[in-house]
Amino acid sequence: MSKKPTIKKTTARKPRTKKADKATSWKRNDGRAFDELRTIKIEIGVLPNADGSAYIEVGRNKILCGVFGPREMHPKHQAKPNEAVLRCRYHMAPFSVDPRRSPAPSRRDQEISMVMRSALEPAVFLERYPRASIDVYVEVIEADGGTRCASINAAAVALVDAGIPMKDLVAACAVGKIEDKLIVDLGEYEDKKGQSDMPIAYMPKLNKVTLLQMDGIMSTDEVEKALNLGIEGCKKVYEVQREALKKKYGIEQPQDKPPKEYQPEEPEEEPKTEEGQQ
Amino acid sequence: MSKSNIVSHLKQKKISEVLSTGKRMDGRGFNDFRELSIKHNVLFKSEGSAEVWLGKTHVMVGVKVGTGTPFEDTPDEGVLMTNAEFTPIANAAWEPGPPKEGSIELARVVDRGLRSAEVLDTSALKIISGKLVQIVYVDLYVLNYDGNLIDACSAGAIAALMGAKKPVYNVVEKEAKLSGEKVPLTVKKKPVAISIIKIGDKLILDPTADEEDVMDCRLTITFDEDGHICTMQKSGSEGLTLDEIKKCINMAQEKAPEIRAKAIGD
Repeated sequence: MSKKPTIKKTTARKPRTKKADKATSWKRNDGRAFDELRTIKIEIGVLPNADGSAYIEVGRNKILCGVFGPREMHPKHQAKPNEAVLRCRYHMAPFSVDPRRSPAPSRRDQEISMVMRSALEPAVFLERYPRASIDVYVEVIEADGGTRCASINAAAVALVDAGIPMKDLVAACAVGKIEDKLIVDLGEYEDKKGQSDMPIAYMPKLNKVTLLQMDGIMSTDEVEKALNLGIEGCKKVYEVQREALKKKYGIEQPQDKPPKEYQPEEPEEEPKTEEGQQ
Repeated sequence: MSKSNIVSHLKQKKISEVLSTGKRMDGRGFNDFRELSIKHNVLFKSEGSAEVWLGKTHVMVGVKVGTGTPFEDTPDEGVLMTNAEFTPIANAAWEPGPPKEGSIELARVVDRGLRSAEVLDTSALKIISGKLVQIVYVDLYVLNYDGNLIDACSAGAIAALMGAKKPVYNVVEKEAKLSGEKVPLTVKKKPVAISIIKIGDKLILDPTADEEDVMDCRLTITFDEDGHICTMQKSGSEGLTLDEIKKCINMAQEKAPEIRAKAIGD
């Protein structure tokens, strides 16, 4: 591990898409720069019945996430005696895409549920709640490309909202290639017409990639560049998540000092500089 | 798969202990595969098949060619479908019933590798535009599980597709008729998947079932013969640093040609 690994370079393959005719001034179909994210809006605590929840809009994606737990595991035999089980369910509304899709979970849904779980698990102190379950339910209300990343972003803040102790936030962002150019945060058009797509989830403080998938064709060189671009994108998302959490939970600068008797006295209660707080 | 079962601390400790000496439980080095043997066209009734042994992991891959309607957005293209089946005979923990995460992931990762690399010329599978196309089904049938199914199945899928033949249809007055002839499927690319698992700070290739039980996470990388990456998939409940990912790409890139040669056979 001491030596930094270098990757053998391979040359890029010819583009898969046939239309390279508009090569004059290259622009993304929605006019964004190659490393520009869509507008992200996160609202926390939107579901009254959930222990934690978040609503995220990424471009035209609209996704709701509810977190329930830690609570008793049902069915009981799925419980683990040494730690909590994080269960994720990614589900798309029948009207979220065109044409209508069946509400039954598809293979894609089940796989996304699984990768979401492995993206979020490393961030949660599961060992604090043996035998319990923490359920993360994601409902995609409207899909516009990049729903799995948006779902992870919403789920991470919803877990925080549920008061579940976490090692770090998880921020996710996709990188892709279209017309031989690397781009960040693919929209639906870019997702469908592009040459490759690589969703990444990243824990900025622990510096770890927790979700990494790719399809399409890329050279090893491009993959390396894409990884770096994606991590930069995740860091931008992370800031948005932090802002959203601050807005909900951040300690406002007190206008006038609170009465002394309400101030915490135990040293461990001192407000430490953690994320979500100031 | 992954951390589905609770593993005894003793096993976990022993495996990491042995790994820290630079060896593995079965004496292999970190970059060594178990013996991989692939037999081509072992079945009569299927259009193509391959039987894969990777150590004690045993997989049968069958290719069937049927017909069906094309997808609305690709009226002139045939369809390639990959499905994985975890049979209850393969592992004591696998029960009959609807497919679970593990088999869905296996099928989808292998499927993405085949699709991304554009293994088949799907336009050659058209019979009547918008009405009828040939559908190539790749079924991954796990007969014994001892780890590293993705690598075994992806090599097996390529082996089975390369030996597969498709029936030829003649279109007479907008009716498709079987000509009785069979021609080989054209396999344009030969992607193979290589999985690397992380245990502690060690990265190893071709994990056994025991190693998969205690793994922190896995990264599967599919390479085509030009050295391009066509699929990546990380799974398991731990993260990877950027350096670890680069190291994985290196390890997989070095190993892929060897596995591809085995898959293609003679």
